[in-house]
Amino acid sequence: MATARVPLVNYLCLEPEPHLVANECTSCGARFFDRRNACARCGSTEFEPVPVAGSGELRAFTIVHRAAPGIPVPFVSAIVKTDDGTWVRSNVVNCDPTPEAVELGMRVQLTTHPIGTDDDGTEAVAFGYEPA
Amino acid sequence: MTAQISPDSVWVLGAHMSRFARYADRDLIDLASESAMSALADGEVTVNDIDVLACGALFQASGAVGQRIQKQIGQTGVPVYNVANACATGATAIRTVIMAIKSGEAQIGLAVGAEQMGKMGLLGGGATKKEKKVFEPSGRYGAVTGVDGHLGTETMPGVFAQAGMAYAHDHDGVGFEQFARVAYKNHLHSTLNPLAQYQKEFSMGEIMESPMMSYPNTLLMCCPTGDGAAAVVLVSGERLASMPAHVRKRAVKVSASVLTSDPFTEDCQVQPDVNTLTRNAASQAYEAAGVGPTDLDLVELHDCFATAELIHYDNLGLCEPGGAGEFIDSGGPFRDGPTPVNVSGGLISKGHPIGATGVANVYEITTHLRGEAGDRQVEGATVGLAHVIGLASACGVHILEKAAA
Repeated sequence: MATARVPLVNYLCLEPEPHLVANECTSCGARFFDRRNACARCGSTEFEPVPVAGSGELRAFTIVHRAAPGIPVPFVSAIVKTDDGTWVRSNVVNCDPTPEAVELGMRVQLTTHPIGTDDDGTEAVAFGYEPA
Repeated sequence: MTAQISPDSVWVLGAHMSRFARYADRDLIDLASESAMSALADGEVTVNDIDVLACGALFQASGAVGQRIQKQIGQTGVPVYNVANACATGATAIRTVIMAIKSGEAQIGLAVGAEQMGKMGLLGGGATKKEKKVFEPSGRYGAVTGVDGHLGTETMPGVFAQAGMAYAHDHDGVGFEQFARVAYKNHLHSTLNPLAQYQKEFSMGEIMESPMMSYPNTLLMCCPTGDGAAAVVLVSGERLASMPAHVRKRAVKVSASVLTSDPFTEDCQVQPDVNTLTRNAASQAYEAAGVGPTDLDLVELHDCFATAELIHYDNLGLCEPGGAGEFIDSGGPFRDGPTPVNVSGGLISKGHPIGATGVANVYEITTHLRGEAGDRQVEGATVGLAHVIGLASACGVHILEKAAA
């Protein structure tokens, strides 16, 4: 029997191919990853779910060496602007966590990886960005 | 440039800050009350002259700290506002008193900011739940476990590192060395300030090689946690005009008091935007005060991390647009440069007991405009700007001017 998988957050959709889903304001196009009562930009109250582009540009990063207990360090935290103009925060993965390996402005691509299994054997899947 | 006393103006009458440190034998109320009493004495008024009290102590925001201060210094029954606005809490307390005076409800008010943090360690990051029995979605993002460390960082050194690196992405001449130079400057400045938590000079090498917290912020590029308090007494111009000449002479005009929150930007949905609201606050403050960045003799800005200070050079208009790297490299914000920034040592060395910070910045500017800053005095200072920012976000900017002789 295949392992059950759940996404780490509800805006990560694992099927058919892993992608993020944003709530897009039908009036002005602003995108949000959580629910909003009204659009923070234009005040409209109509939203629709839209898929977010998987590829983008690394706009900012930090290499975290000190974190709360239980969080493995070092890791690369990043702000990515996807090719459809959506801002996303996640980790850069499959890349050395050094200033030499991580470059501002580099092209990145969404990828997923398991982060653990619960007592029922369900696996949680996170997303990150890897150098494209 | 000096200011005349008009009836509808608001002035700093008295000011005090404690040395920022770690006080194991005193509590928050001790620290806050000492600053409150000292600020009253400095302004030559008593608690009976105070019409309104605003108090900011972020980690005890629900603890009626303002009323507990009254029990130490005088329960006169005046309105108390306990305010909380992240790292802009102290500035919010000051602005609350200013609004009360401007509304005509008060003639003299007291603003107190205080915090007791001890050795809190790293702020902002949440631990991943250790016992993950069953992955059940919860919260607004349906997270099945903690996301900090999996979907980027929530730690303060990391969040502000990213803010600095976003600036480095957009502008040339900004990197690890420029950020480190900010910390070099502030540690150097702190050696002249007896109120600073740390008063030690460090070399560029020591700063860049100190333990990495969140690249490019090393330990010596991060503010410490600590304890401290600061207080200011504010007065209407109408009331000040009837006070003795030696009191009027030491009063400092509040030429602008501005508080902003972050307007919608696309990137601030996933990382705090500390820029737009600072730019908005700065432009509103410059317009209200009728001064520009080149008129400023000194600036105390919110250098919680070295990466933050650098981007605020640009946000406050202290450098050419995009030129923050060149500004620090050319010595612009050093105490002998054209626009001295954080001659107190800044949050990085002076310390950052959160609620006290926004009041302490106004204390610092006030002290220089009075010509009472001792070894660290910026000679001939007549106009200064105090800036703080709290994440989520809130930005306070106050522009102060020396009284006309």
